Amino acid sequence: MTAASRPGASTESAKLRARNLRKSFGSHVVLDGVDLSIATGESLVIVGPSGTGKSVLLKHLIALLRPDSGEVFVDGQNFWELDGVERNELRKKFGMAFQEGALFDSMNVYDNIAFPLRRTGRHTAADVRARVEQCLELVQLPDIAAKRPAELSGGMRRRVGFARAIAHQPEILLFDEPNTGLDPIMTDIIADVILGIRRQMEPTIVTITHHIPSARKIGDRLALLFGGRILFDAPPEEFMSSNDPAVRQFVEGRAEGPLTVESERARRTTISEAR
Amino acid sequence: MIVGFLEAVGRVILRFLEQLGRFFSMLGRILVWAPRPPYDVHEWFRQMVRVGVDSIPLVFLTTLFTGMVLALQTYTGFARFNAQSLVGAVVALSLTRELAPVLSALMVSGRVGSAMAAEIGSMRVTEQIDALEALATEPVQYLVVPRVIASILMLPLLVVMGDVVGMYGGYFVAVQLLGANPVTYYDSSFEYLDMEDFTVGLVKAAVFGLILSVVACARGYHTEGGAEGVGRATTQAVVVGSLAILLADFFLTRLLF
Repeated sequence: MTAASRPGASTESAKLRARNLRKSFGSHVVLDGVDLSIATGESLVIVGPSGTGKSVLLKHLIALLRPDSGEVFVDGQNFWELDGVERNELRKKFGMAFQEGALFDSMNVYDNIAFPLRRTGRHTAADVRARVEQCLELVQLPDIAAKRPAELSGGMRRRVGFARAIAHQPEILLFDEPNTGLDPIMTDIIADVILGIRRQMEPTIVTITHHIPSARKIGDRLALLFGGRILFDAPPEEFMSSNDPAVRQFVEGRAEGPLTVESERARRTTISEAR
Repeated sequence: MIVGFLEAVGRVILRFLEQLGRFFSMLGRILVWAPRPPYDVHEWFRQMVRVGVDSIPLVFLTTLFTGMVLALQTYTGFARFNAQSLVGAVVALSLTRELAPVLSALMVSGRVGSAMAAEIGSMRVTEQIDALEALATEPVQYLVVPRVIASILMLPLLVVMGDVVGMYGGYFVAVQLLGANPVTYYDSSFEYLDMEDFTVGLVKAAVFGLILSVVACARGYHTEGGAEGVGRATTQAVVVGSLAILLADFFLTRLLF
């Protein structure tokens, strides 16, 4: 199996680029040389079975995790060549929506969304109010500003998480499993919300999911992550019609195939190492 | 058998070094981030209320009964060699130099340190700390710095109150219950008490405030493993914090006198 690299984003014009990322937790290798390049305004969806390190990869893209080796570039700037303060500054280009929303439960919805705006100290209260309302509108959740995160359903929490992620008009948006564990209708609503955000703000987007229909809907490119590497990377149509056995297994959702064999082998190695 | 024992000893030493390393790396990050804007003054005051004002009843009762029992014990002991006139001095010195700072710090560590570790720990396991970072907000600056500043400032103030309350407790027991002469007691309380005894106690209190808050925040910050992990972090914050306070107490006393 080879990693098919796509010309979708040439290395020079890449908004966001990961080069040869490697990361292990103890003896467990999660990322084993990941290369990714995302052009400005492009929407990349990373798919793969659960537990393959998709979220770990996403956290590397915004430097929440430090790779053991390899680099992450944002507009040509290397995240880990910067000091803590500069790194923080570079993160302002990002908005990230977390798996369960990760809303601050000490604040209500309004204060959650206003948080990134207030931290800059450059917005008046009226600005903040207008922007919060606009963001809630965009995620199709008007009139919940006064509620506490604990009072919201899973789907609402995630959409408030989206609203918080886009409040400061970031250039790059990262979505970590935006629709995992939601009912089919909510799953589709979430995909629509992401499309709506895309139309309005034209950001560069990286989404992680294992839900193929949403991936097709929101992605310009689909990348299959498995065994710590990008196994396949192509536009949705090409991805869906690919004859690559790993892609076929994932798309068709079969229990048998190279992905299972591979993970079984990995599991055995881990166990034998543990002994 | 021997290997197993050595392994166990090694694990304990490693855990100790890990805690020590986390403490100092957290301290370093606090020093880097504390002077930087934005200053969230509102949050500082909120934490001061939680650490200081809300701990008043606890410290009040702790020092009151400590002063009372101290007077009771020394009075009956000193009566054996007719030294009742020195009870006031013993109570005043013990309280200001040692008991008020240490006991207040231990109580606050149990009350506030556990809350800090639990709060920051559950933010860690629900990805709220990652979310802060993703929103270009340094979690140490936003969460830890206000808590540490509040603890350093509020503990000495609690101890000032504790000194007064404890001495009054001692006075009450000696004079009202045991029939000591009020004037002798009062005079002896202040005759041997220097300003230095008082300030040393406050310096200790500030250091204890630093220790208990940094230990609790560092422990919470490195929480892993869901709800169970939060529970572990909370317990360890209090245990490690209290031990560190007692340890630091010895070395500070050695250093400051």
